[in-house]
Amino acid sequence: MRTIHELTAAFAKGEASPVGVAEDYLARIGALDDRLGAYLTVTRDDALAAARAAEARYRAKAPLGPLDGAPVALKDVFCTRGVRTTCGSRILERYVPPYDATLVERLKAAGAVILGKTNMDEFAMGSSTEHSAFQLTRNPWDLARVPGGSSGGSAAAVAGGLAAGAFGTDTGGSVRQPAAFCGVVGLKPTYGRISRYGLVAFASSLDHVAPFALDITDTALLLAATAGHDPLDATSVDAPVPDYVAALASGVKGLRVGVPDEYFGAGLDPEIDRAVRAAIDVLRDLGAAIERVSLPTTEYGVATYYVVAPAEASSNLARYDGVKYGLRVPGGKDLIDMVSRTRAAGFGPEVKRRVMLGTYALSAGYYDAYYGQAQKVRTLVRRDFEKAFARVDVLAAPTTPSVAFKHGEKSDPLAMYMNDVYTIPASMTGLPAISVPCGFNGSGLPIGLQLIGRPLDEATLLRVAHAYEQATPWRQRRPELS
Amino acid sequence: MISRQDVEHVARLARLALSDADLERMREQLNGILGYIDKLRALDTTGVEPTSHAVPLVNVMRDDATRPCLSPDEALANAPERSGQFFRVPKIIEE
Repeated sequence: MRTIHELTAAFAKGEASPVGVAEDYLARIGALDDRLGAYLTVTRDDALAAARAAEARYRAKAPLGPLDGAPVALKDVFCTRGVRTTCGSRILERYVPPYDATLVERLKAAGAVILGKTNMDEFAMGSSTEHSAFQLTRNPWDLARVPGGSSGGSAAAVAGGLAAGAFGTDTGGSVRQPAAFCGVVGLKPTYGRISRYGLVAFASSLDHVAPFALDITDTALLLAATAGHDPLDATSVDAPVPDYVAALASGVKGLRVGVPDEYFGAGLDPEIDRAVRAAIDVLRDLGAAIERVSLPTTEYGVATYYVVAPAEASSNLARYDGVKYGLRVPGGKDLIDMVSRTRAAGFGPEVKRRVMLGTYALSAGYYDAYYGQAQKVRTLVRRDFEKAFARVDVLAAPTTPSVAFKHGEKSDPLAMYMNDVYTIPASMTGLPAISVPCGFNGSGLPIGLQLIGRPLDEATLLRVAHAYEQATPWRQRRPELS
Repeated sequence: MISRQDVEHVARLARLALSDADLERMREQLNGILGYIDKLRALDTTGVEPTSHAVPLVNVMRDDATRPCLSPDEALANAPERSGQFFRVPKIIEE
């Protein structure tokens, strides 16, 4: 399994061809994806056309940059011009966007070869990809287990060698958690770092576009090619994008790493506890100063999130009305009846639950008790992090309280929500956070180390993650699929 | 506790035509989730300003200038039902 930087270096030297590599990935998808279920749509013709264009550029010694010819996958939440974009939902089953998301435009401009669109929890609501309206996705390390979610298809594609890199979205952990479950890297950048234009909205103040990769160098390359201001997204941050790859080699000597007590409490799998503490010891051995810190409002994160995210979702999903695009159930007695029947038929159970929860939390009489209070708690969560970052440069913690669970294991909605306990705080504060493989449990299932950084300081996160990755053997181990 | 009447009211607001069985399951599940969320009330937030967004943002302005946009045919291409250059919906106004 080769990384993007290995592939494009081989393209530049003429040791591999973008078309040959694209064909290899498409063949592997054809051979394995029936079992894995990572892709909803494979864009074979477009991929080969893009690969041929990349090949011509390499032959002319004029590649577009370090992603030229790189085979990547996109979560089916990003609008792709002329290519069906379902968001994992029946209500968008036949939706063909008339434009590309900014992310897609930037990837195409960088020469990336888009292999297809990956499975996801419907409207990105879930932590297992089981809420997809279309299919199950399996974890490449153990096909009986979930890949995590909501970006489970993208994570499984990268882990299984069905794409060299991928993009997903992380609203409460939807890239970091599947990255941890599938043994790959997942980086949620600072809120606004990558444009949300053309991303099907779930919770607008929490949605982050985020890459998956096999290693930190690829993660830095994917971020560098897609980050930066976009006038089409009013919340996109207008700040310079540093050279992330150049910053990788600086090491961790002199950096202060905070270890938050609240991320190692009851409910954490003891094997994960041990693996993450061992990873922190590696950082200490590499020269980082380790310090205990406290984030006391951590235990309120899940409750806060499950007010704010459903509230925003209930508003965002009001657009699915059977009029402008998407499913329509005909035969209603009037407009409201048509809309209500369409939404009942088009949305799955989890989406309905969250729309109901959000509508309730925003309704007259309950607004202050739920939404108002949650927004204030969000301020308290932010203050916790500000206090911690006055003393340390990054925080180190587990990504998830458990390893990948089995399909059907978490049928109670609340049990599923609790899986996001360690990823939600960085989502609500917009802080950059990365999940890096840090070992395996006794059954050979991957474990993720989460690093959280200061706003817009992805460079330090990547630097710490890179030092750790280079000092440990985990990225050499890949799942066996054949 | 959220009552059956509350659930029916919220389903109407959310434009979801739910069956009796769905409404009952929804009532149980929402009560479970809201019971958990109620822990937020234990926190004293007197004098705490709310955060609506992760990153501080003030009004974002742009020049009031035209730029390329979708053609009517592109904009209507995904419509379940259209009539000429319009989206078609069930009749709203009585004759």
